Amino acid sequence: MPRVVPYRRPDPESQPASLYPPYRATAARAPRRPLIVLPHTLSEVTGPVYGDEDISDTDRDLTRQHAGEPLGERIIVRGRVLDDGCRPVPHTLIEIWQANAAGRYSHKKDTHPAPLDPNFTGAGRTLTDADGNYEFVTIKPGAYPWENHDKSWRPAHIHFSLFGNAFATRLITQMYFPGDPLLAFDPIFQAIPQERARQRLVSKFDLESTKSDWALGFRFDLVLRGPEAVPFEG
Amino acid sequence: MAGREAKGERVRLICRVLDGEGIPVSDAMIEIWQADSQGKFNHPADPGSECADRACRGFGRLATNEDGTCVFDTVKPGRVPGNGSTLQAPHLSISVFARGILKRLATRIYFAGDPANDEDPILALVPSERRPTLMVRADPHNPGNWKFDVCLSGKDETVFFDV
Repeated sequence: MPRVVPYRRPDPESQPASLYPPYRATAARAPRRPLIVLPHTLSEVTGPVYGDEDISDTDRDLTRQHAGEPLGERIIVRGRVLDDGCRPVPHTLIEIWQANAAGRYSHKKDTHPAPLDPNFTGAGRTLTDADGNYEFVTIKPGAYPWENHDKSWRPAHIHFSLFGNAFATRLITQMYFPGDPLLAFDPIFQAIPQERARQRLVSKFDLESTKSDWALGFRFDLVLRGPEAVPFEG
Repeated sequence: MAGREAKGERVRLICRVLDGEGIPVSDAMIEIWQADSQGKFNHPADPGSECADRACRGFGRLATNEDGTCVFDTVKPGRVPGNGSTLQAPHLSISVFARGILKRLATRIYFAGDPANDEDPILALVPSERRPTLMVRADPHNPGNWKFDVCLSGKDETVFFDV
């Protein structure tokens, strides 16, 4: 029999419920029946594996993907991917996507009347190094309006997508910026019940990675579920 | 998901996502993770990964179109060991993402009519009246085509798992 080491389950208060009425789109899209707890099998503790050959140099620098430089405030976003046992998650794929400095996505469904930037697509990816570290160079995204409630504007954010080592560790989340007054009014951010967990989505200004005359640094660490400490005979 | 050289029975999975009002969800993304035709994963946690079919990557990701549909070409996975002495029926692990879905929705696709379904330890956890929501069905008019609807809520709500 295979030895299957299951992954720990997160504190439910740290995760959004599917249905959160202030976020209107959840009404028609949230399941109403309780989830069925799935004991982890080989199908859940495995997942796609990526290698360096899948990534090119400009994938992690979103300011160098076109002929010219994009407009906006250049930033470095750096951090570490750890599991909830504080072990680094090495060589794992991180993908990001975001709006440009004016708050416009380079996507046909985005009709916000803010300018597109021909030098900015807003999509990047990288692999963590052996110690779980990653770094992106990009532009600080702008806030943008959305159809949810009167005067609804999304706080500036960068979407983060991580695979970790298994189907069980798949995570898509959003990184926010410190001190953003829109966070208090954002139903997507507020859907997370626990204040402490919400604050984990807010990056920190990072003087260490800030570069003189070039870019501001922000630090954003991510924690994925870790394997249960003691393997059991599956 | 599986190259032309991948071994096994070719299947075309036609997946459609519907919201609680039965309206197709045209902004969803579906990801699939599966074993090869022998039930092996290309992943170090699988003790059988050494002999996994390299032509079967096992991962696929697609956005749904205006009809809420996307089409994966792959091979039918083999049976993967379950916990204890069980053997799982052929299945694919599915993640659904979309606007309005705050946390990924995870489900599984099983093959309707496969006799192994009766022995599957995970299906056994699902009330029998809801098991049909996890079944992909052969299209009688197009051999090799299989259809699966993900119903996010409503009368035919798909079973979703807490993974």
